[in-house]
Parts: sequence; structure tokens; C-alpha cells
Amino acid sequence: MASRKTPKPNRGNGNKYSVLLPTYNERENLPLIVWLLVKCFGESEYDYEIIVIDDGSPDGTQEVAEQLQKIYGKDKILLRPRAKKLGLGTAYIYGMKHATGNFIVIMDADLSHHPKFIPQFIEKQKEGDYDLVSGTRYKGDGGVYGWDLRRKLISRGANFLSQVLLRPGASDLTGSFRLYKKEVLESLVERCVSKGYVFQMEMIVRARQLNYTVGEVPISFVDRVYGESKLGGNEIVSFVKGLLTLFATT
Amino acid sequence: MTKLMQWLFVVLLLGAVWTLVTFDLLDLSLPRTYREVAWPMPVYLLVSFGCFSLATVGYRVATFNDCEEAARELQEQIKEAKEDLRKKGLKL
Repeated sequence: MASRKTPKPNRGNGNKYSVLLPTYNERENLPLIVWLLVKCFGESEYDYEIIVIDDGSPDGTQEVAEQLQKIYGKDKILLRPRAKKLGLGTAYIYGMKHATGNFIVIMDADLSHHPKFIPQFIEKQKEGDYDLVSGTRYKGDGGVYGWDLRRKLISRGANFLSQVLLRPGASDLTGSFRLYKKEVLESLVERCVSKGYVFQMEMIVRARQLNYTVGEVPISFVDRVYGESKLGGNEIVSFVKGLLTLFATT
Repeated sequence: MTKLMQWLFVVLLLGAVWTLVTFDLLDLSLPRTYREVAWPMPVYLLVSFGCFSLATVGYRVATFNDCEEAARELQEQIKEAKEDLRKKGLKL
């Protein structure tokens, strides 16, 4: 199906939303997440583009991305591949360089984040002209699917510790489903040095430091991966180290 | 001021007040009850905070929403997506 040649009239008065999708070995999930994004944005009539940042996936993710580009059009699916697996922060910077939107949505490409929440993020952002809107699993009717007791305990325990130490003014610090004003994301990413879960925490903490406003929207997180990748001792240790570093430096 | 410095500041401040009252360093001749109450305060506060933390985390784990509906909806949409993408010419 060819892409539309004439621009479709859209609501959102001139705002465009660029969705950054860093991928690594997401050959199966990428078409599905793109399909959901196209569906949700199509229904909401906001203007958007999807930027796929693939880190040289050996499973053929890039080929699938190219097929999707043929199906949905080069104006909707942008490809920004990289040679090898590099950090998330650099993926955002790299992806943003060619983004034509004035808002950026960051999310996971493994279907744990559902695009149906993006219009809710957009509405929330307009409500208070927030600099960033964070999806939270811990408030309202937010929640998770696929977590056992151990995983929930670790999650809540870690979040509690982060709240006590950092008092960040946001309920979900390690979440990675967020909407940012483009200039806000640009200024935050260049200041953040942490890795992994702590990187997302640092983004919120620095946002507060710079007096950016943070809105929240409850989201559901559907974990289909947990069975394969357990949250082990190593990750917990590096989380605590990262948290203490933030505690001591911000 | 970093969070660490804020904590140190508050801890040192409270610590100074506690030491002053408990050991009557300024010879204020405070009533005996003040000293008796102040003395176990640090331990008492730590234990209270520990209990509060356990109760809070416990409550939050117990009330953590399970998104059954979201998972079901996702499964449905995955089927729909695969079908639609196949029609549009996607080859896996």
C-alpha cells in the first residue's frame, strides 16, 4: 500500500511527535509495535514519525525495518541504524538528530509499552504544558502483567529506596515510557552519565534540578520477556551503586 | 546542595540537639523526663522508620495492579497485526 502523497490534516495544531525506537534483536516485535503505533496515531490524528535506531542486530531487524518503511512510507518510518550495540543515551541523541518533531516519545520496542497511552501522554502534556510526561506503573490504574512476587517486591523496594533518597517528585523513576519536549530531552541527555535503569532515574532527577515540570500518566506494563531474563544479583548491585552515586552527586 | 549533603546536615543538626539534651552539655538543668525521652530517640526513630518502610513496601506489593486485561488485549492485537501485515506484504 503506497503512502499518502498529500499531507493529512491533523489535530494538535502543528505539533509533531517523533517516536524513538532503539532496537536490538527485535525482528519479531518491531512490525507489531510499528503496526500499533500507526493504528494509535492514525486514530488520534496527531502528526508523527517513527525513528528506528537499530544497533546492528544480527537477527535481521534492520531488514524488517526496511520492509516496514516500504509499507508505511519513508516520511513515517525513519531508519537510523548503528554498527554495534551502544548505549541508550547515545541512541536518543543519534535518533533526535534527524527528528522533525517538536516532541519526542521514548519507549521500549518489545511490546511492554502500549502505544495506546501516547495520546494520553499528549493530552496530559497539553493540560499543564509539561516539559516531560512520564508513564507510571505505580499510581492510579497503572500496573504490570507477568511479574511474580519476587519481581514485584524488588521493584517496589527499589522504588521506595529511590523515593527516600532522591525525593524526585515522580512516582516511577526507572520507567522508560515518556514524552519529552525535544529541547528538554536534548538538554537532559547530554547531562546524564549513568547506564541502564539508573539512566532513566537520572533523567528525572536532573529534570527536577533544572526546574522542568513533570506530568504523570498511569500505564500498564506487559512483561513477556521476564521469563527469559531474570532480574539477577548483578543488576540489583549495579542499581544500588548507581542510586548511591546519584544520591551523592545530585 | 546534593541530597547527601542535605541528609548529613539534618543528621548533624538533630545529632547535636540530641547530644545537648541527653548529656546536658549546656547545664540547662532540664527536667529529668526530657533526658529520659531523648536518650533512646535515635534507636526508636530508626526502628519506627524500619517498620514504616516494611509496611509501606508490603502494602504497595500487595496492591500492585495486575494488568490481565492489558495482556489479553495485546494478544488480540498481535493476531490482528500479523494478519494485516501479511496482507500488506510483510515477509518474515
